[in-house]
Amino acid sequence: MFSDLSPVWISLATSIVATAITMVLGVATAFWRERRSGSAFAIFDGVALLPLVLPPTVVGFLLLLLFGRHGPLGRLFLRIGMTVVFSWPATVIAAAVVSFPLMYLTARAAISQVDTPLLQAARTLGASEWRVFRRIVVPLAAPGLLAGTILSFARALGEFGATLMLAGDIPGRTETIPLAIYFAVEAGDMRRAIIWSVIDVAISLAVLFGLYYWTRAQSASRAQFGRG
Amino acid sequence: MALEVQIEKRLPAYTLSVAFATGAKTLAVLGPSGAGKTMTLRCIAGLERPDSGRIALNDRVLFDSAKNINVPSRDRRVGLLFQSYALFPHLTVAENVAFGLDRIAPYDRLTRTREQISALHLEGLENRRPRELSGGEQQRAALARALAIAPEALLLDEPLSALDTHLRSQIEHQLLDTLSAYRGAALLVTHNIEEAYRLGSDLLVLSRGQASAFGPKEEIFRHPPTVEVARLTGCKNFSAARNISTNEIEATDWRCRLRVTQTIARPATQIGIRAHQIDFVESHNSGSTDAADNVFPCWPIGASETPFRITLYLKLHTAPAANDHADFQAEVFKEKYQRFKDAPLPWHVRLAPEFLVVFPE
Repeated sequence: MFSDLSPVWISLATSIVATAITMVLGVATAFWRERRSGSAFAIFDGVALLPLVLPPTVVGFLLLLLFGRHGPLGRLFLRIGMTVVFSWPATVIAAAVVSFPLMYLTARAAISQVDTPLLQAARTLGASEWRVFRRIVVPLAAPGLLAGTILSFARALGEFGATLMLAGDIPGRTETIPLAIYFAVEAGDMRRAIIWSVIDVAISLAVLFGLYYWTRAQSASRAQFGRG
Repeated sequence: MALEVQIEKRLPAYTLSVAFATGAKTLAVLGPSGAGKTMTLRCIAGLERPDSGRIALNDRVLFDSAKNINVPSRDRRVGLLFQSYALFPHLTVAENVAFGLDRIAPYDRLTRTREQISALHLEGLENRRPRELSGGEQQRAALARALAIAPEALLLDEPLSALDTHLRSQIEHQLLDTLSAYRGAALLVTHNIEEAYRLGSDLLVLSRGQASAFGPKEEIFRHPPTVEVARLTGCKNFSAARNISTNEIEATDWRCRLRVTQTIARPATQIGIRAHQIDFVESHNSGSTDAADNVFPCWPIGASETPFRITLYLKLHTAPAANDHADFQAEVFKEKYQRFKDAPLPWHVRLAPEFLVVFPE
């Protein structure tokens, strides 16, 4: 047996933090974008969705250029004394970037389903954009936002290519389960790879079941109080 | 209390250009679909931005393109009742009504919510969700929500169009009560002539983005300024016309001369009469026409019925040949129709001078 469970904690921590970041950024961006139209915003959409279509290694490489010592963002972080590359935050950045498009797409679809007159009615009643967002958009788009969050979490949990490029494989610091599996196979340790795979499947299933029962409980209580 | 509007906005099909001012009376905005009625309301509510112009409500300027003022919706204090009511489906009636009151103390919020709920007879429905309400209850809940913020202007976008016909008259009555209790400027958009007349005091007739009439409703219905306004206010019969003398006109499409009471200042181009104002009279001596009385022989070509009235399509002067078109239509109550329907043809109609409207254009 192996005693080092650090890839589990690193994977979970990375996925949770990355999903939280993605959720806030993705939903906010989607709400901001949903109220605008024009070709400039279509270009924005293209850039926002790029991580979905690019191979993760390319995303990782671009992130490396951005966050590297000589990259524009890397220099910025260096000024506050932080080296991003090959650190735990790098795993979060990689996971957040690759899962962002999924959150953004699902959130936009969910938000566009909210009847525009409802938002306008709220505005005529004196509501600020923040209040419109919090009291009208989020509750009415909740099922779609939840779906986006699940997808993002799953994507973040499975992230490999970009993480390896940006964060490397440092056991105990940046080695997530997918990395651990890859390097176990590479080292010929099939037993270890299988165990990690089983753990990964277990985590994914647990998350999915948890969310499934939570949404069922939600809609059941809604049916009880609001009959629908 | 006054709302002053003078706006222009380019739309795909035409340019909306309206100017009017209204006080505490209800102004009904009447026009066909796509005339710019709803767009006008949306500009006042701040949901659309006019290209140019000015909107002022009491002592506040809401929009002024010259001074680059465009107060956001949330600060306008303008209540808007959406055609679909736009009730928040995830909130209860009470939560909907209280939605705009988040910036006042909880106790006052409760009091004001209760006041609106009782003013609009929503007691007992406080904890229902919109989907559990009837159409009329939804409308009242939406009205209560709009009125709760004590808006300085109340805008109603086709408030009755989402309702079943059999519910309408009762709900219209309640709406009239609400409107007469409301002290600010009220604007009501509708394409229904009768609704506009019953609910409004003043009337603004819009067509293709232009105001074609604006004034007290009785005045506009009695003397519509243009053929278009006459048409929009329900007048169905028109004929090309030219002046004979100061009180006589030749209606060329109807092939007759008509005496009118309206003094004709400018050359007439059209003359019109409302379908229900055409009177059926006993035949005159030996069927000869008495032009001085505006009485003419006529033959029916077709008819269409509603439960209590019948619309008769009539041909004037001579018996109709096959495929002849009707000259005009007359609308009579069925009781009256029963009395003359078996009389020998021709029947006789009287186009009373006081009901004839002459249009100079």
